[in-house]
Amino acid sequence: MNVLEVEGLTKTFGEFVAVDQIGFTVSEGEIFGFLGPNGAGKSTTIKILTTILNPTSGEARVCGYDVVRQMDEVRRSIGIVFQDPSIDRFLTGRENLRYHAVMYHMPSKMIEERIDEVLDLLDLRGREDIPIKDCSAGIQRRFEVARGFMTHPRLLFLDEPTVGLDMQARKRLWSYINKLREEEEITIFLTTHYIEEADHLCDRVGIIDHGKIVAIDTPQNLKDVVGGETILVEAANRRNGRFVDALRELEWVTAIEDGGQELRLSVIGGESRIPQILTVASQTGTLITSVELVRPSLEDVFLYYTGKTMREEEGSLQDLRKARMRRRR
Amino acid sequence: MEKITVSGGSRTSRLIDPLPIYIMWLREMKRIFRVKARLISNLLMPVLFLAFLGLPLSMVSMNGSEMFGLPPGVDFLDFLAPGIIGMTILFSSLMGGASVVWDKEFGFLKEVMVAPVSRFSILLGRQAGAMTISIGQALIILLIATLMGVNLQNSPIVLLSIVFMVLTSATFMGLGLILATKLGEMEGFMAILSLFQMPLFFMSVALFPLDLMPKWLGYIICLNPFTYGVDGLRGALVGISTFPLALDLFVIFACAAVLAGLGTHFFSTMEAD
Repeated sequence: MNVLEVEGLTKTFGEFVAVDQIGFTVSEGEIFGFLGPNGAGKSTTIKILTTILNPTSGEARVCGYDVVRQMDEVRRSIGIVFQDPSIDRFLTGRENLRYHAVMYHMPSKMIEERIDEVLDLLDLRGREDIPIKDCSAGIQRRFEVARGFMTHPRLLFLDEPTVGLDMQARKRLWSYINKLREEEEITIFLTTHYIEEADHLCDRVGIIDHGKIVAIDTPQNLKDVVGGETILVEAANRRNGRFVDALRELEWVTAIEDGGQELRLSVIGGESRIPQILTVASQTGTLITSVELVRPSLEDVFLYYTGKTMREEEGSLQDLRKARMRRRR
Repeated sequence: MEKITVSGGSRTSRLIDPLPIYIMWLREMKRIFRVKARLISNLLMPVLFLAFLGLPLSMVSMNGSEMFGLPPGVDFLDFLAPGIIGMTILFSSLMGGASVVWDKEFGFLKEVMVAPVSRFSILLGRQAGAMTISIGQALIILLIATLMGVNLQNSPIVLLSIVFMVLTSATFMGLGLILATKLGEMEGFMAILSLFQMPLFFMSVALFPLDLMPKWLGYIICLNPFTYGVDGLRGALVGISTFPLALDLFVIFACAAVLAGLGTHFFSTMEAD
């Protein structure tokens, strides 16, 4: 069953088209992610789906409820972790969770029990009675995630969940998000501009650029479209060419690019091929100095579909945004 | 683990939702006591006014209160105290009304706005909290003023002052809310707010009697809603007023209804982002 259904969703601000005719579905229990540079339309989409903004046109249904006509029903079915911190810094973690639960009409006798549950799940025990402002950025973020799924939403939105966190805190949060999905049977929609985050967390990824979805699939399928894996082989002595000839004989080598010192082999089968290459090398009396397997990343996928790297896109989109801001004033 | 269904079928959010209103009120109470610097600075100014304006001028007026346009035998401190209590309410209410939108700056507004709670209830909870703080501060100043020697009138009419406090607070919370929803995103909104609060305070009968003012200034003073709040407060607390209490009550009630109503309307139609 689809928890989220989006069709032809569009949002314009004046002449600027922030979200352009996007459509996708997210099924129950899935972690679905939008990957794209800053300003690609990810947050605008989340704002529409969480009833903060109204769409210009198109339709979106969250748990079967229309985001414009059934705003209240939508709000009751979702949890949100916003991109910017939105937790009361002067209150403690527990007070913030309690506040949230009451706002979402959770029966009061269940609140304390549920707080204990979410604290355990995110390893927040011992920090719940400290004012949020005295907690580290990673802990503050975890409290926001805890608050997001506190009231058993069917769909949890995470807008750039790990932005502003250091690598260690980011990886910890990823493991908590995975744990959350396993223990709470929740569906998650997240946005990110971190390649590794989309790759690590998402079952399916939608690549978004200039308000359009350019591709949707599992991270693996997306990468397969760009091309298979490459093995880089460095050999010290292969003057007689027997090594390269022997490699050409192998059916799982689809192409060989000779870069002088280094050979680039396009292969099918990944790391299991490395021992076979070494065998060929010893048969032909070649001395291998290094072997490396390179897989395409979602960054390559982004490049493949948009012709630009995410960083390049970010630069140009920020310029565009600034120009738009200036016009508004 | 037992699943709890939080969504109550097709129930749409109620206009007045008691528990969320209560928790929002509670949040305001907790915050004011955690940010003690704010509480102290809110109380300091009125106390300074009473001590360094009220007490010396009260000494002068003992020699001849007519010079201040006061009825004979009236102590200036008695006259000033309700004005300063009014000031406490004016400043804290403007700020309190605006602060709903200010949560926007700190991101918390979004958390509140996407909750399945009606905008009206959100506003009610927040404003009830701000009003409690405002009137609480006013009562503290009233207590301090009495300790300084202000003579409250010996009549149940004194209790009417609470009504004036509530209405004055509602009026200026409404104004603060209107300003914040319309101008809140401007840089230096604090400065804009003080641009309103200072003239509202000085161009009223809070500090000096109307008779003491030049005629042209008197007209402006009569157009200022704050004048009626302060005048009513003074009439109720110490029994001196420029206008009949019924007129004060009527004007400040009308202002409260219009400004708070308009503020509510703007807030209800405001985009959460």
